[in-house]
Amino acid sequence: MATATKVAAAPTETPARPGPRRGRPLRWLPLAPATVMLLLFLGGPIAYCVYIAFTNMQLTGASSTDFVGLDNFQRAFGDDDFRNAVVLTLVFTLLSSLVGQNTLGLALAALMQRASRPVRTLTGSIVIAAWVVPEIVAGFLLYAFFRREGTLNALLDWLGLPSQNWLYTLPILAVSFANVWRGTAFSMLVYSAALSEIPKEITEAAEVDGAGGLGRFWHITLPMIRRSIGTNLMLNTLQTLSVFGLIWAMTRGGPGNRSQTLPVFMYDQAFNKSLIGYGTAVALLLLLVGAVFSVVYLRLMREEV
Amino acid sequence: MRPTAPLILAATLAATAGLTSCGGGSGSDPDTVKVAYNRSTDNKIRFKDNHLAEVKKQFEKANPGKKVKLIPIQAQDNDYATKVQQMMRSPKTAPDLVYEDTFRINSDIKAGYLRPLDDYLDKWKTWDQFVDTAKAAAKAEDGKTYGVPDGTDTRGLWFNKKIFAKAGLPADWSPKNWNEILEAARTIKKKVPGVTPLNVYTGKAPGETSVMQGFEMLLYGTGEAGGNPLYDPGAKKWVTGGKGFSDALGFLKTVYSQKLGPDISDALDPNVGTTVFSEWLPEGKLAIALDGSWLGQNWLKTGGKPWPEWSKTLGQAPMPTQHGQAPGKVSMSGGWTWAITAKSKNPDLAWKFIERLQTKDNAVTWDIVDAQIAVRKDVAQDPKYTSSMPGITFFTGLVKNTHYRPTTPVYPQVSTAIGEAMEAATTGDTSPEKAAKSYDDQLKSIADGATVAAGGQG
Repeated sequence: MATATKVAAAPTETPARPGPRRGRPLRWLPLAPATVMLLLFLGGPIAYCVYIAFTNMQLTGASSTDFVGLDNFQRAFGDDDFRNAVVLTLVFTLLSSLVGQNTLGLALAALMQRASRPVRTLTGSIVIAAWVVPEIVAGFLLYAFFRREGTLNALLDWLGLPSQNWLYTLPILAVSFANVWRGTAFSMLVYSAALSEIPKEITEAAEVDGAGGLGRFWHITLPMIRRSIGTNLMLNTLQTLSVFGLIWAMTRGGPGNRSQTLPVFMYDQAFNKSLIGYGTAVALLLLLVGAVFSVVYLRLMREEV
Repeated sequence: MRPTAPLILAATLAATAGLTSCGGGSGSDPDTVKVAYNRSTDNKIRFKDNHLAEVKKQFEKANPGKKVKLIPIQAQDNDYATKVQQMMRSPKTAPDLVYEDTFRINSDIKAGYLRPLDDYLDKWKTWDQFVDTAKAAAKAEDGKTYGVPDGTDTRGLWFNKKIFAKAGLPADWSPKNWNEILEAARTIKKKVPGVTPLNVYTGKAPGETSVMQGFEMLLYGTGEAGGNPLYDPGAKKWVTGGKGFSDALGFLKTVYSQKLGPDISDALDPNVGTTVFSEWLPEGKLAIALDGSWLGQNWLKTGGKPWPEWSKTLGQAPMPTQHGQAPGKVSMSGGWTWAITAKSKNPDLAWKFIERLQTKDNAVTWDIVDAQIAVRKDVAQDPKYTSSMPGITFFTGLVKNTHYRPTTPVYPQVSTAIGEAMEAATTGDTSPEKAAKSYDDQLKSIADGATVAAGGQG
């Protein structure tokens, strides 16, 4: 876009605005197929979803679909199960994304900076392996880890500690841990990149000035990678908000609805109860939650610049 | 150079149009019948696949130039229904013939997915062989029939005589009321440790399995609301949960809170149904199972879990009513039907395939291999059928006292609401009374206010 501005700006009187309509229409040509595709396959379905959210469309049981205005949204706010899902979604996001993936990813990245090469390679590949595994496979793996006869309880038994039926007693914690297990690699990679960008001289200078390890980390490293923290938090949060396969495979939102986050709730309404309209409205609300998070992070990042 | 822009645009549009239409498959081929059915999630079980492949062969031989395309959908029942409903929405993906659970068929009729079969049935002599309850199973509120049933099922108590002997219980056990079931379970818990005394399906994850096999087997035995504890067909209104409803939930609560049932995390596992017949019963880990007539099929030589000694080990008893009130026993029946989709382009050919499926030989074979309880008089009398499996006469005998679920479009939603109430009561999250209350609230919104209280009997 920058070059386009310069070239197009020369003959016209409004230098800030390029004139794509006159002069250089061919510049848009290579983009046309992609734009059409996007409109067809992305814009179309999204617009259709927005429309459905305002109707009472059902998968079965009703022959006609009527426009019902804001009914679905009103219903959501009056629905105990929806509120429960919102709370669980926030807990899940806070635990697994903000606290878990983010902190652990940063810690791993910082530690790996100092580690010897073999240790670094080994740790890196283990963590990344967890990330590469498809979500549903990760779900089954962790189901096997947490279930009553699972690995975790076997370990606890071996250590002489009391075993727990994790998926039943603490389902939201179990799925949060699963998400940390799976998603930490991403944060680690982001932070590894950010940390390696910090010029050596600054750290050395601080060292000369007598700053200890923790002090250097707090006063030098953290401020210098703040933007990466913001980006990482935003991506993590958005990704965590939409986690479905992991929870579905591990608990199906149960027992009761004690691990029913918004995506699971949405699926349940739309496909188990056939209420497509209501389910879609919930999906839009989820989108809204994601947007709020994004705006907050973007604001935080802007202030730092 | 300018004209290239619209050209490329047109080309792109053409390409995408091509993409979307080829996604639909051969929807308009007039010589092919597309048949969608549910394949078992247990990979060892392929009765239906094999039977349909055999009928397909017969059909293609008898109708030269015509083809049958079998579309197996390997999924649990809830997911199968969702998938098929999505397919039926669009003419591009709609199969010609679908295998439909009778409890969903009215919902799909209301949604306009299916085609009435009356014109075909009028000319079809075999239809007279079907018993009346079966004929009604796929009849919609508009009085038209939308499916041909190919069998039904009944439910009762299966019990392990060896475990019973160890616990000092009789081999010809036949409980007279709910209490006697619980007493037997308590005895087993005390005398035969390590064995799960009683399995009653519960919770959301097993879907309709827990609602029908678990909850409704209890509820219909309470005798509440004059024997129609869910739906009053006269008033066309749904019945809100009364005492019978809470009692049935209370029974579940007793079973699971007193640890007479399986571990709760096993009970809430979506695949618990498969575990019961493939592990718990054959391995002697479960003493009493409230389950369906079809279990025996899995233990035949051709079944997924061959277990020749099962008929010596297992006994059957009818499920008693709550206090033993008349008629003393209770059963629920369902079954599946073949239905032609509204968007099918080859309904006549699809009907021909149904006729082929329902030749007497094919019908007998099907009821035998799938352990169905026959819905046709000629099949029920066929010696091959009556001798096909130990216990088949017992379960056929239950047909007298059986109940069918309300055949209204919103039943599947009601079923989901019941599953939630069961799960809440089983996990102890809420009391049975509170779970029943929350069911009432949901029911009112599902039935659009058309509800009636369970009434004075409670």
